[in-house]
Amino acid sequence: MHKLLVKLSSSSSSFSSNPLRHSKNQRFILPLLPSSITSNPFTASGSPPRPSIPANRFISRFGYPCSADLFRKSPTLCSNSTTFGVIWSSRCISSEAGRESIEYDVLIVGAGPAGLSAAIRLKQLCQQNNIDLSVCVVEKGAEVGAHIISGNVFEPLALDELLPHWRQQQAPIEIPASSDKFWFLTKDRAISLPSPFDNKGNYVISLSQLVRWLGGKAEELGTEIYPGFSASEVLYDASDKVVGIATRDMGISKDGSKKENFQPGVDIKGRVTLFAEGCRGSLSEKIIKKYKLREEVNAQHQTYALGIKEVWEIDESKHNPGEVVHTLGWPLDPKTYGGSFLYHMNDRQIALGLVVALNYKNPFLNPYEEFQKLKHHPAIKRVLEGGTVLQYGARTLNEGGFQSIPYPVFPGGAIIGCSAGFLNVPKIKGTHTAMKSGMLAAEAAFGALHEGLNMNTYWDNLRDSWVWKELYAARNYRPAFEYGLLPGLAVSAMEHYVLKGKVPFTLKHGKADHEATDLARKCTPIEYPKPDGVLSFDVPTSLYRSNTNHDHDQPSHLRLKDPKIPEKLNFPEYAAPESRYCPARVYEYVEDEEGKPKLQINAQNCLHCKACDIKDPKQNIEWTVPEGGGGPAYSLM
Amino acid sequence: MKILVAVKRVVDYAVKIRVKPDKTGVDTQNVKMSMNPFCEIALEEALRIKEAGFAKEVVAVSIGPSQCVDTLRTGLAMGADRGIHVEANSSFLPLTIAKILRSLAEVENPGLIFLGKQAIDDDCNQTGQMVAALLGWPQATFASKVVLDNDKHVATVDREVDGGLETLSVDLPAVITTDLRLNQPRYATLPNIMKAKSKPIKKMTLEDLKVDIKSDIEIVEVTEPPKRKSGVIVSSVDELIDKLKNEAHVV
Repeated sequence: MHKLLVKLSSSSSSFSSNPLRHSKNQRFILPLLPSSITSNPFTASGSPPRPSIPANRFISRFGYPCSADLFRKSPTLCSNSTTFGVIWSSRCISSEAGRESIEYDVLIVGAGPAGLSAAIRLKQLCQQNNIDLSVCVVEKGAEVGAHIISGNVFEPLALDELLPHWRQQQAPIEIPASSDKFWFLTKDRAISLPSPFDNKGNYVISLSQLVRWLGGKAEELGTEIYPGFSASEVLYDASDKVVGIATRDMGISKDGSKKENFQPGVDIKGRVTLFAEGCRGSLSEKIIKKYKLREEVNAQHQTYALGIKEVWEIDESKHNPGEVVHTLGWPLDPKTYGGSFLYHMNDRQIALGLVVALNYKNPFLNPYEEFQKLKHHPAIKRVLEGGTVLQYGARTLNEGGFQSIPYPVFPGGAIIGCSAGFLNVPKIKGTHTAMKSGMLAAEAAFGALHEGLNMNTYWDNLRDSWVWKELYAARNYRPAFEYGLLPGLAVSAMEHYVLKGKVPFTLKHGKADHEATDLARKCTPIEYPKPDGVLSFDVPTSLYRSNTNHDHDQPSHLRLKDPKIPEKLNFPEYAAPESRYCPARVYEYVEDEEGKPKLQINAQNCLHCKACDIKDPKQNIEWTVPEGGGGPAYSLM
Repeated sequence: MKILVAVKRVVDYAVKIRVKPDKTGVDTQNVKMSMNPFCEIALEEALRIKEAGFAKEVVAVSIGPSQCVDTLRTGLAMGADRGIHVEANSSFLPLTIAKILRSLAEVENPGLIFLGKQAIDDDCNQTGQMVAALLGWPQATFASKVVLDNDKHVATVDREVDGGLETLSVDLPAVITTDLRLNQPRYATLPNIMKAKSKPIKKMTLEDLKVDIKSDIEIVEVTEPPKRKSGVIVSSVDELIDKLKNEAHVV
C-alpha cells in the first residue's frame, strides 16, 4: 500500500478551525488533543460522530457571523409580515420598480425529496405548536416530480420519521426489495459475486411518483407549491444576507427582446430560504462559492457521476417484482468508475441505468453510448427482449460523500439535500439522507423563526444524526477507486466486512472531475456500434421519451463564459467532450461557412442533468435556469 | 357581455404517447396533462376582448374528471373570472360535448363562445361547429383575427382557410373557434395563480344540465400507425414500373 493517499487530519493553529476535515498540513500525532475526543490518537479534530461521546462536542467554529441579526427582517414596503394568519393575509405583495414581491416565512427552492420533507416537517411543527408559518416551495419543473429521476431502491428510514403512517396513506411504495444480485460483467458473461448491498426492508420505487405523493401531503398541510417557476437569481439585502429568490422573466425572445407575452419575474422572499435544487443546484453553487462554504469546513470539492436511465415495460414472464441487480465492469474500462442497475418495479416495469463517474480520463467516452452497449449484454438483453421503453432520462449525482459536504448554513438560510451532497455512495442511496437533511433544516428554521435560535442548529443536528454516522462510515469506499478497479474493490471488501469506516484516516478525492480529462491526443477514440432500434437507440429517439421541451424562442440557458473557448480549446484539445457526455445532444459541432467547426447549442433538448456544468474542462459552460415549466416531464423515473 | 370559453384537458403536446396494451385507447396514466394549446389561444382572445372593455366576464368551462379543475385553475390564473366544471368520468365525443355546451349556454347566456379549433388528442375539429348548429348561432372557425364592433353586435373574423384568408362578419351571439396565429397566450404569473385560488369554480353534473350522453359512436380499437417500412432503391425504370404495377398496385 505504498502510494495510498492518506492524509491524517490535523489542526493547524487551533482546534477551532475545523471539525472533521483534513487540512493541508500533515501531522501524525497531536499531543494537545483534548481527552474528550475519542481515544484514537490519530484523529485530531477529525473525530467521528458524537453518539459515543454525547456530552462533549468536538470544537467547531460555531456559526457564521451575524447570529444575532440572522433573522432581522429585510426592509420591505409591507409592514405586516408576521407569521400568523391565513394564507392570503400572512403574505404581503409589494411592487418595486415593476417587479412584484411576495413574502413568506420560509421559502424552499426545489420540490424534491429534501424540499418537500422540509415543508412537511415545518407544517407539522406549526401544528404541534399551534402557530402558523407560511411556507412556499418553488419548482422549475412543470409539475412536482417532473424533474425527479433516480434508480431507486428506497430506504424508508427518514419517511418513517416524517410520516410514520405512510403505509396506510397510499404512498406509492409497494414493492419490497426481494433479492440483491451483484454481477461482474465481461463482454459476454455475468459473474455473480457476493452482494455488497443489503436491501432488506427497502423498496423498489419510482422516486418521481413518491415525490408527487409527498407534494400532495405537503399541500394537505398547507404548503404552497408553485411548479413552473424557475428561481434564476438569489436576492440579497444590504448586509449581504439572502432574503429570497427572483423567478426568471418569461417571454423573452432569443435575441433578448421582450415578446408579446413578456412577464417579469417575481421576487419571492423568505425569512429563511432553503435551497433544495438537487445535485449541482445552480443557485446553491453560487451560494457555496459566495460564502465560501467549502473552505469554511475544509471540505473537498464535490465529485459527480452521470446516471442515464430508462424505464422499460417487459414481458410478464421475465418480470420479478423486487429483484435488485447491480453490476460492475463491462462496458466500462477498469479505470472508469461506474456500474449499472436493474430494478424490477411493479406493473411489469423495470428501471435500468448506467452510472458513470465524471472523473473519467478519456474525452472520447460517451456515457450514453456506453449505456446503449450495456443493453446488448446477454444478461441484460434477455430481460429486455420483447419489452418497450417507456421513459428515458439522465441526471448527475454526487459521489463526494462525507469529504465534500460544505458548511450548509449561510446568512438567511441553508442548503439541503443533494445541493449540499448527502448521497451514500457505497449504498447508492441519497433519498433518505436528503429527506432527513430537509427535516433537520426545517426544525432549525422553526427554531430560528419561532424561538429566536440560530440556524446553525441545523449543522449541529446534522452531525448528531444518523446521516452523519452513515456518511462517515461510508467515506472511504469511493476514493479508494482512485487507484483503480481492483484496489477499489479490495478496499470496499475490507471496509464492508471488517473496517466499516472505523479507520483513523479519511481518503481524499483525486482531481476535480473537469480537471481529470486527458488531452485527446493522449487517448484512443472509442468506436461505438450503431443503435439497432430495438434495444439501443439514437439520442433523438431517446430524448423524445423524456418528454423534454422548452419554448424554443428564449435565450439559451446554457451560458458560455468565453464564447471562443469551445472552438479554440474544447474541439482541438479535448475532441469536443460536451458533444459526447451530454445525454441530450445539446452540444453539436457543425461546419460554418468556412468549413470550420462551430459549436451549436440546442438548448431546447436540455434534460437539466448539469453534466456540462460539471465536466467542461475549463468550466466555461454555466448551467442557468431556463423559463419555468420547461425541461423533462418524468413520471415513471 | 359574458364570454364562455371551453377548455379541454389533454395530454401535453411534448409527451410521447403510447397506446394501451389492450388497445382501448392512449395510455394517460402518469402522463403529463395540460390545457389544449388551441384552448389557451381561445382563452387569451376572450381575455383580450374583456380587457378592451367589450366584455364584463370571462367564464371558463371544462368537462371531464376531477383533475379538470387543475386546468380550470390555470385558466383562472390567466385571468378568467370564474370556472365551471362539468363532472364526467368517461371521455366524450364532440357531439356530446356540444350538447353539454349548448345546455350551459342556455343557462349562462354568453354573447360569445370561444373554443380552440380542435383538441390535440383527437384532432376532431367538430365541437365548435356542432355547438353553433345546436344553438342556431353563426360560427366563424379557424379565426386568425377577431375584431368586435363598438356596439358588440357584430364580430369581424379573419379565417384561415385552404385558399388563404377569408373575412366573415358574424352577428352576435356567435361561436368562434381559434387557430394558431390568432395570439400568443399569456403566462400565468405567480400573483395571479395565488389570486386564482379564491376564484369560484362551480361544479355541475350531467343531470343538472339534462344532457343525454348516449352516443351513436363506439370506439372499437386504437392501434399505433404501422411501422414505416424502409425504402428500396431500384436500379432501372423498368424495375420501378414493375414495382409500381405489381407491388404497390398504383398503375
